[in-house]
Amino acid sequence: MSSVPAPAKGATSPIPAESHPKEHPGPVRLIRARRGAVGLDVAELWRYRELFGFLVWRDILVRYKQTYLGIAWAVVQPLLYMLVFTALGHAAKFPNYGVPYPLISLAGLLPWQFFSTALTDSSNSLLTSSNMISKVYFPRLIVPSGAVLSGTVDFLASFVLFLVFELCYRMPIRVELLLIPFFFLYAVLAALSAGVWLSALSVRYRDVKYIVPFLTRIGLIACPLAFPSTVIPERWRLLYSLNPVASIIDGFRWCALGPAFAPKWEGLGLSFLLTLVVLGLGLAYFRSTERRFADLI
Amino acid sequence: MAHPVISVRGVSKSYVLGAMAGHDTLRDHLTHGARALLRRFQSPGKAQAGNGDTETFWALKDVSFTLEEGAVLGVVGRNGAGKSTLLKILSQITEPTSGEIEIRGRVASLLEVGTGFHPELTGRENVFLNGAVLGMSRREIKAKFDEIVAFAEVERFLDTPVKRYSSGMYVRLAFAVAAHLEPEILIVDEVLAVGDAAFQKKCLGKMSAVADCGRTVLFVSHNLGAVQRLCTRGLYLEKGRLEHAGSIESVIDAYQRATESLAQSAPPAREPGSRPYQFLDWELKGELYPDKHACFSRDECEILCRLQVTRHVPEAIIVFALWNDHGDLIVSGESQGEANRFFSISPGLHEVAIKVRLPIRPGLYQIQFLLNCQGENLENCYLEPRLHVLPNLNTTLPEKWQGAVTEKVDFAMRETSPAAAAL
Repeated sequence: MSSVPAPAKGATSPIPAESHPKEHPGPVRLIRARRGAVGLDVAELWRYRELFGFLVWRDILVRYKQTYLGIAWAVVQPLLYMLVFTALGHAAKFPNYGVPYPLISLAGLLPWQFFSTALTDSSNSLLTSSNMISKVYFPRLIVPSGAVLSGTVDFLASFVLFLVFELCYRMPIRVELLLIPFFFLYAVLAALSAGVWLSALSVRYRDVKYIVPFLTRIGLIACPLAFPSTVIPERWRLLYSLNPVASIIDGFRWCALGPAFAPKWEGLGLSFLLTLVVLGLGLAYFRSTERRFADLI
Repeated sequence: MAHPVISVRGVSKSYVLGAMAGHDTLRDHLTHGARALLRRFQSPGKAQAGNGDTETFWALKDVSFTLEEGAVLGVVGRNGAGKSTLLKILSQITEPTSGEIEIRGRVASLLEVGTGFHPELTGRENVFLNGAVLGMSRREIKAKFDEIVAFAEVERFLDTPVKRYSSGMYVRLAFAVAAHLEPEILIVDEVLAVGDAAFQKKCLGKMSAVADCGRTVLFVSHNLGAVQRLCTRGLYLEKGRLEHAGSIESVIDAYQRATESLAQSAPPAREPGSRPYQFLDWELKGELYPDKHACFSRDECEILCRLQVTRHVPEAIIVFALWNDHGDLIVSGESQGEANRFFSISPGLHEVAIKVRLPIRPGLYQIQFLLNCQGENLENCYLEPRLHVLPNLNTTLPEKWQGAVTEKVDFAMRETSPAAAAL
């Protein structure tokens, strides 16, 4: 091993370095090839919490830059979908249990809008930050997870819109609305579990760019957006509610609109477990491929 | 003696070239996998033989060194020698294939200025974002915000999206953020040297300021002049291997020797005594030149050349010539015309001293000496090694704007006819 010593500055300091061993308060970092499965480095993620915050903040700031309507888009989009689904609901005569169609579709659109943008942004997030990834080190996981959270402001805006509609239709404000955060958190986990997989895959396979829009379009039809889940025949309900997004939407409607829209609870529990498993495997896959991101991207 | 802040032990990095590396779509990967499977069935014996269309490329091979606190390390080497790969591994952007590195202290790497800048965001917002990306805390950025803005000279445009900035403003702002990093270890890549010459100068100035603070710096550059000025220690990489490590002078010397030996076939060895008249070797005089064979452009140089003669030469004329890589004669002089000097040389070892100013374009130059007596050339030779002229650091012109002669140019301006006063 060839040694590259410091310039002869030793002469200026008569005290040998050994006598003040606390010279390096900084952390000692070991860089080496990792093999096999790699655990989550929670401490490191915590150290980078500020950068995580900055990335979310950036995405929120940038989202509606140079648009005429700005943040209003967060409200306009679900409104437009609401009109379409209301018309559909009337035409197909879906059961409404005495709740106006606009509220049914809007209650479904709240989590759906959040989930689908979170999924899209998170899947593409590594590619859009490829420049940063090849030039700076940070735990890569903060990129797809930050992208998931950047839709939170939009969600809050559309949630306020929903409350306004509830008041307009003179719906009783249910105590169960307090459980909305749980379903929101579930939506975050669901988007993250898919986003972690898809973003890690996108580094190697650009196919992801084409798969994701397809998934979100299918979801628009397959998830109970235009209709309440009760139109699904009872014997298929359990299977249907294994789709986490379907369970989340049912949960939202149950919170906001009443017990007639209650999700299939055992299905919701199963889908939640499923989400956690997919998320866990996704994190493992992400962590083990992460080391090659900068080489492949 | 300080502790090593960086210990690199046997670090290698390989990339797989060939068909596998190009598998960017799922289909490629699937078909490749299917074919591999098929082959295994067809010829089970050769299953592990691997396919011929892939190839492993070692960007770094078994590199080891240690770096002590406060050292400024220059990494030199040709394109593709592994310099940037080394910095990327040290910055944790990519993982080594084998080997390990121990780093003590906070590392900031500047492989590019303005990483993470978002065009839609304002200057103010980008300062915070870029600062965070480079590893500064929000509090640190806040504390230094005014300083950064003043350094970048963009006060008036702080709330303008950076996509409306001129490229100069953009780079100034980006560099200002980077310049206010206070890591214990700073890793800087050559790409920092993009931008105009004034900006490059600012970069180099800042780098030496950082180095003067006793912080550890790793610096990659092709600009040997800058490396020699800034660095105390050096690494010379060649095809991924550590060719030489040590003082910056010895490293630059090793690098130049290698460049020369590649550029021209090995010259015949010059042992003393094999011929009656012989120029043996040359070097530059003065402490200014630790290298002995490199000077800065525009320097007043004294070149000393050893001459051995075995017979008396009564009326010797010495001719000196400097040739560039393209075979153009750049500087020449002879002792008779220039100084009206005939030398009377007795048998033995002599030293010819030549003083010459070299305001010439940076690069490698071949030195020629000629010994003439009464119209007869007794000896004519090209000496090794070549003279390396390094860029004069006072000139701010980019390389393509430097002429063959880099003489200092003075500028002055005066008004010769005042414009008519407005009514």
